Amino acid sequence: MIRVVLPAHLKTLAGVSGEVRVEVPAPPTKGAVLDALEADLPVLRGTMRDHVTLKRRAFVRFFACKEDLSLEPDDVVLPEAVARGEEPFVVLGAMAGG
Amino acid sequence: MSGVRLLVGTRKGAFVLTADGARKDWNVEGPFFPGWEIYHMKGSPVDPDRIYASQSTGWFGQLVQRSDDGGKTFEPVGNEFVYEGVPGTHQWYDGTPHPWEFARVWHLEPSLDDPDTVLAGVEDAALFKSSDGGASWQELPGLREHGSGPNWQPGAGGMCLHSILLDPSDAQRMWIAISAAGVFKSEDAGKSWRPANRGLHSGQLPDEEAEVGHCVHHIAAHPSRPDVLFMQKHWDVMRSDDAGESWQEVSGDLPTDFGFVIDVHAHDPETVYVVPITSDSQHFPPDGQLRVYRSRTGGNEWEPLSKGLPQEHCYVDVLRDSMSVDSLDRCGLYFGTTGGQVYASADEGDSWQAIVRDLPAVLSVEAQTLP
Repeated sequence: MIRVVLPAHLKTLAGVSGEVRVEVPAPPTKGAVLDALEADLPVLRGTMRDHVTLKRRAFVRFFACKEDLSLEPDDVVLPEAVARGEEPFVVLGAMAGG
Repeated sequence: MSGVRLLVGTRKGAFVLTADGARKDWNVEGPFFPGWEIYHMKGSPVDPDRIYASQSTGWFGQLVQRSDDGGKTFEPVGNEFVYEGVPGTHQWYDGTPHPWEFARVWHLEPSLDDPDTVLAGVEDAALFKSSDGGASWQELPGLREHGSGPNWQPGAGGMCLHSILLDPSDAQRMWIAISAAGVFKSEDAGKSWRPANRGLHSGQLPDEEAEVGHCVHHIAAHPSRPDVLFMQKHWDVMRSDDAGESWQEVSGDLPTDFGFVIDVHAHDPETVYVVPITSDSQHFPPDGQLRVYRSRTGGNEWEPLSKGLPQEHCYVDVLRDSMSVDSLDRCGLYFGTTGGQVYASADEGDSWQAIVRDLPAVLSVEAQTLP
């Protein structure tokens, strides 16, 4: 199981509190985690990436193990610590505004 | 006793304000969707408890929420807005081609006879329709593809389709307005469109009377007289007596004819309201005095309405979808400001009270008259 941390707005929208857990085939990739998130919580479709192109929304970032995976391709394999459930995959709303 | 429900969209959430027919004591519910921009909410004319809301942020994009219980609870419905075909380009601010990109829903217009059917005016400008209560959305591409689309340019707020008028006497006929392209008219339920801007004059355009390119801020009509349309343009208050085929200026004796909102009295089609704003570079009322202006003659002759409104140090704006009327007797009038106030008049504008003073900046106000 992959642990996922969602930003506050998306937790409220999805009606979840705390971390979300999703199941993906090994080895877990960024794209597979996002696919699983959207399958488990369909209300998140379109909020992190475009419905059709699956392009990441400009102000959404993906972190894991202190690394920014936002610009990595969808098939990038997530770090071992994330795969083992020791560290979460983090969806973040970029800091913007004053 | 009948009552009124106000649907207020703000920069940081939605609010639902209710009162009985006296319209003196108001109950305020919200914020719904705190932290999200709510550009517009509107209820179905045939089922007032069916309410649609446009919810968005720059971070997480567009959502549409639906309530089936008069705004007590909401559920997210479809949020996939995909342009038909290859959308092509419009003009960017600097006149260069820019790809059509969906940004948000500015305005939701429920059908006059089916609560499951609703139109959405979006940025970049296009018209979408849902026939399943918002679960799915299909573009009506005849508007964007009618021919002038590549020449449309965004206004300062984005290239938004912000006004949708449906003709209660002819289900085939509707008008929409885009900033900064102008008014477009359909007579076949949105399949095909043509510009309806003859008579508009915009000094900001190379051809000041161009067929498209006018920064129309809002249009309004009385349901009993759909051939008469009113418009608040960037500058100029305009009127059409031939269903948008031509327009005449009716700014008359207004202190300034710049502004955003315009609305029509519920019972008198010749009574019109605007809120003059100083200029396109000073988005606040002249002299710091917030005043609604009323014309009882369909334009040209205007009277200031200020009783109960701040008459000094007031530097708020009143945005294009932020005025609405109820249909009680006497007609009630409501507007919201970027300072977070929502003002109500239960006497056709003669006097005003602030229902709330400290909401986030108000983006839209829609009044529902409840049985």
